[in-house]
Amino acid sequence: MDIGVIIENLPLYFKGLWVTIQLVTLALICGLLLAVPLALAASSRNTFMALLPKAYIYFFRGTPLLVQMYIIYYGMAQFEGVRESFIWVVFQEAYWCALIAFSFNTAAYTAEILRGSIEQTAFGEIEAAKACGMSTPTMYRRILLPGAFRRALPAYGNEVIFMLHGSALAGVITIVDLFGAARIVNSRHFVPFESYIAAGFFYLCMTFMIVWLFKLWEKRWHAHLRPRESVAGKDAALAPGGVSD
Amino acid sequence: MFDLHGYFPFILKGMVLTVEVALLSLVISLILGFIGALAKLSKSRIANTIAALYTTIIRGVPDLVLMMIIFFGGQLLVNDIGYRLADFSEARGLPFNLGWDYIDISPFIAGVGTIGFIFGAYMTETFRGAILSVPRGEIEAGYAFGMTPVQVFFRITLPACIRHALPGFGNNWLVLAKTTALVSVIGLQDMVFNANQAGGATRQPFTFFMVVALLFLVITGVSDLGMRWLNRRYSAGVRRA
Repeated sequence: MDIGVIIENLPLYFKGLWVTIQLVTLALICGLLLAVPLALAASSRNTFMALLPKAYIYFFRGTPLLVQMYIIYYGMAQFEGVRESFIWVVFQEAYWCALIAFSFNTAAYTAEILRGSIEQTAFGEIEAAKACGMSTPTMYRRILLPGAFRRALPAYGNEVIFMLHGSALAGVITIVDLFGAARIVNSRHFVPFESYIAAGFFYLCMTFMIVWLFKLWEKRWHAHLRPRESVAGKDAALAPGGVSD
Repeated sequence: MFDLHGYFPFILKGMVLTVEVALLSLVISLILGFIGALAKLSKSRIANTIAALYTTIIRGVPDLVLMMIIFFGGQLLVNDIGYRLADFSEARGLPFNLGWDYIDISPFIAGVGTIGFIFGAYMTETFRGAILSVPRGEIEAGYAFGMTPVQVFFRITLPACIRHALPGFGNNWLVLAKTTALVSVIGLQDMVFNANQAGGATRQPFTFFMVVALLFLVITGVSDLGMRWLNRRYSAGVRRA
């Protein structure tokens, strides 16, 4: 093990780390924005309306992210219309192609998670909303979506981790993300173990961080599911000399 | 709709390799998954720790990075060990050579090994849950009949836990099948690799990658049907509301 090479190249790794964080965050935001309407349409009772979103979800969940990324990065150049129009500015940049592919991909997975949790909504909640005289948009905004988001949270945490891991593919199409940085270090110094293990270590840390953040988030959103603290414990904490916060 | 310029057999050849890699790594992952699950459930602290480290690290690091570590690093490691063992035998004057000559790990072996190793961790979690869901009484009944622990495992725990493992197994298999696309990055000529070549030669990358995407949908679609059949088979006799 030659850790000196890694320390020497730490700035490169941090640069890559920053690109990875950027890509994942942006993709997750775009993906979530796309996923909500998709999930609502896919869970609609109208078969015709649900068809297209379902097909979208099926395609993006059924094919590898690598292939999706290649379709956008290499594939778009096939069409002269794309090459000559203004959107070529977007499609000739590996960064934007990766971002588009990641966003579409995570949108499909997130939509599937949300669809499941929307369909799990209890009858009573909807009936109560209707009985209160809420209009459909109000009902969605106040009752359906908040509940669905809450139920989707654990699965969404997994999806975020999957997106982080999937983002390593960006390194394959010349982007210098964390994986791309490791690739460069390896090709410069031929230290495959050290270079990739260093990248793996960064990814591992980020995964732990995401797991931790989602635990905090779940604690907040699932506060109503937490077992009640025992009265005795509380009394002990309040007693003089006891632990207080 | 798609004019493939006669490259379709070439893509199909890649698909055969994709399926081969997927099935072989599935076998490895199943074996590792069972060993991992047993290690996690065993009373030995050491086995618990090793299994926990295995699943945590594998599930925390992207598969692409792991593949690079095993493909490039594994090659170095294997040859380093061989070299050192050869040195050792020579220095000690052993009558035989413990080491080995330079071994070239083929991308195929590296790909299959890596994917199997990665999904072994996911299978470990699936099987652990499934084994835990076998009613304790059934296992105790096995012991009461005088079966050895090995017999209890193969006659009772294993058949009974398959039903509980199936949904997780199906998910893992679908993710695994899609992960095989990564082997094209280490130079294995699977269908993504071949599509890249054909797309470059004909200047129709979109067409070829779209075909590959559709072929992946075929693989996942067929797997879906297979999973439904397995599910029906292993849920025979289970009462449903």
